[in-house]
Amino acid sequence: MKEVIVKEFEMGIKEFKLDLLRDGGNAGSLIPLLQSAQDSYGYVPEKAINYISEFAGVPAAEIYGVVTFYSQFRLKPLGKYIVKICEGTACHVNGAKSIVNMLLNELGIGVGETTDDGMFSVLSVACLGCCSLAPVMMINDETYGSLTPDKVRKVLKEYRKK
Amino acid sequence: MTEIKVGLGTCGISAGGYGVYDELKAVKENKNLEFDLKETGCMGMCYREVLVEVNDEKGSWLYANVDKKGVQKIVEDHIIGGNPVDEMLVKAGKNENEDPFFEDQERIVLRNCGVIDPNSIDEYITNDGYKAIRKVIKDLSPEDVIKVVMDSGLRGRGGGGFPTGLKWKFTSGAEGDSKYVICNADEGDPGAFMDRSVLEGDPHSVIEGMMIAAYAIGAENAYIYVRAEYPKAIERLRTAMGQAEANGFIGKNIFGTDINFSIKIKEGAGAFVCGEETALIASIEGKRGVPRVRPPFPAVKGLWGKPTNINNVETFANIPWIILNGAEAYASMGTEKSKGTKVFALAGKIEKSGLAEVPMGMTINDIVFKIGGGIKDGGKFKAVQMGGPSGGCIPASMGDLKIDYDEITKTGAIMGSGGMIVLDETTCMVDLAKFFLTFTQNESCGKCTFCRVGTKRMLEILERITAGKGEEKDLDLLEELSYKIKDSSLCGLGQTAPNPVLTTLKYYREEYEAHIRDKKCPAHNCPALIEYKVIPEKCTGCTLCARNCPVDAIEGSVKEIHKIDPEKCIKCSLCYQACKFDAIEKI
Repeated sequence: MKEVIVKEFEMGIKEFKLDLLRDGGNAGSLIPLLQSAQDSYGYVPEKAINYISEFAGVPAAEIYGVVTFYSQFRLKPLGKYIVKICEGTACHVNGAKSIVNMLLNELGIGVGETTDDGMFSVLSVACLGCCSLAPVMMINDETYGSLTPDKVRKVLKEYRKK
Repeated sequence: MTEIKVGLGTCGISAGGYGVYDELKAVKENKNLEFDLKETGCMGMCYREVLVEVNDEKGSWLYANVDKKGVQKIVEDHIIGGNPVDEMLVKAGKNENEDPFFEDQERIVLRNCGVIDPNSIDEYITNDGYKAIRKVIKDLSPEDVIKVVMDSGLRGRGGGGFPTGLKWKFTSGAEGDSKYVICNADEGDPGAFMDRSVLEGDPHSVIEGMMIAAYAIGAENAYIYVRAEYPKAIERLRTAMGQAEANGFIGKNIFGTDINFSIKIKEGAGAFVCGEETALIASIEGKRGVPRVRPPFPAVKGLWGKPTNINNVETFANIPWIILNGAEAYASMGTEKSKGTKVFALAGKIEKSGLAEVPMGMTINDIVFKIGGGIKDGGKFKAVQMGGPSGGCIPASMGDLKIDYDEITKTGAIMGSGGMIVLDETTCMVDLAKFFLTFTQNESCGKCTFCRVGTKRMLEILERITAGKGEEKDLDLLEELSYKIKDSSLCGLGQTAPNPVLTTLKYYREEYEAHIRDKKCPAHNCPALIEYKVIPEKCTGCTLCARNCPVDAIEGSVKEIHKIDPEKCIKCSLCYQACKFDAIEKI
């Protein structure tokens, strides 16, 4: 275990779920390892890919293939507040489009982008699972439901003040 | 002692459930009150969240739309004063305002949801929990268990509808030194939240169902593959697994026998295609979630090349009930070929959106009107969309159709996992088809050419039609592409991706034609085909619309009738939504 920590230090990595590395030869631990990397850094940095490659014995190119396949993984850091705007079916039929328009217009960015001040990133998600509150968005872990353009504006104002 | 339960599924939490829970806790401590405060899962009435249930010596009282003020009132009047707060009650001993939401439901899968505390194994055990697995191990051989499940007529609730008992029989008969059981909790259909609610509200029933399956097929190891987007479900599952292990239900020599059972959680990483069983297996193995050719089916060659049985959350949650109550009791409900009950997630333009479990054979109209309370804001019922991106639309004129796997398949839609999105006259069917195709196009794994490229071409055609640039021949082209994609795709995603287009073309062809020939969107939804106008008689000149317009396309000063410049207007509909006098119309 000491060896692993020294190795982490050399590669500029901190806080990994070491227990997952014990069965390093098991390729099944690849996705949990990437999730752990993203939990630690907010995204999957290149150094983490190289590090995981060495321990899991999987080529870095293959890991890159896995990272880009799943929508959960990001290769770039996001803003301080992550706005997940729901574009699921229930939200769609309840007018999510105009909410998205409003949000992007207010922040001056597109979906998947981050504001210049690093405050907000907007992600579009398929369903947040609280369809009775449609249209819905989430900012970090807080859910905002029954949205109207006006409400979106007010919520953003609150976050800007923080 | 009086017991107070707060509904804390994701829907309850989103509506502010923890605020209500904390308030109750604070009031209890401040006023030194004596009552048990508990968490519970989704009660089903998502449209009335936050829900609080009070159980005292007089009966059970369900309060809806509770906020912090409501908490004060319930505590003052009911808990201290002994008088239930009538105006906030939706379900109680004798109440004229009682909500008929639960009246026609039959709760098997949801038997404990919103009833027990999902964090307490003791409450699950009190409600006959882990009794079925004891019975199975003590009295039944694996063959007996498979026979019971086959006789019950239970079919896969993930959407495929394959007979569960038969699937178990195949895996049981397959040769292998080790076998696996997998629970598919990768609920990916946008607008579906049945599995999430079961995992959040009653995780032990799913674990018990998996144990019974493992016993029947001779497996020792199991996985639950859950979407990472369901943090609460994962948290409660982990708690439940820890408790089951501490009680000796999971681990080596369970219940003092020589049977071993282990279970692991695998978090998905956001890929819709992983709901397909071979893609799901690839994902657990740490690979890109790409499906492979079947046969060999997972029952023969699955996870790590070993025989594997995969069932959905709802399927597993049915199992303990079937074992305890018998196959006949289950098969007595439903239609000839679809037995038991089905859980539906009602959402969209419906008055009461939430979770409802109904016996198979109930009509769509009964679900929408009797349980769901009809269409929101007095709108007109247009269609239901079932089965998500793999499903299709069933028009209101077919509302008498019974819920049954085969009957629904005949319409071109599918039963699916239980998402039921209700649509009204403001929904454009071409836009809806485009919406689903955008989703499947994005989620196609890229392995099969027709699915990868064909869906892209279909999406381009739909974008053209909704932009008012459609041509007459586009509809034939859409149909041709649809059938080719269906025929040439390996997995369910590609085989069903054209369904939303095919069903809307079948039932709403005239809407497509209106977009193409008249350049009109009958539902006034597609931005390129509508125009916003101020109704002079209604405009009060309040300037609200002009202040909301992001492109300064609205002219007019205070107390003057405003005017929208169609050249500048980007049709974002912000003015339409902002106007308090309904003075802006879409034409």
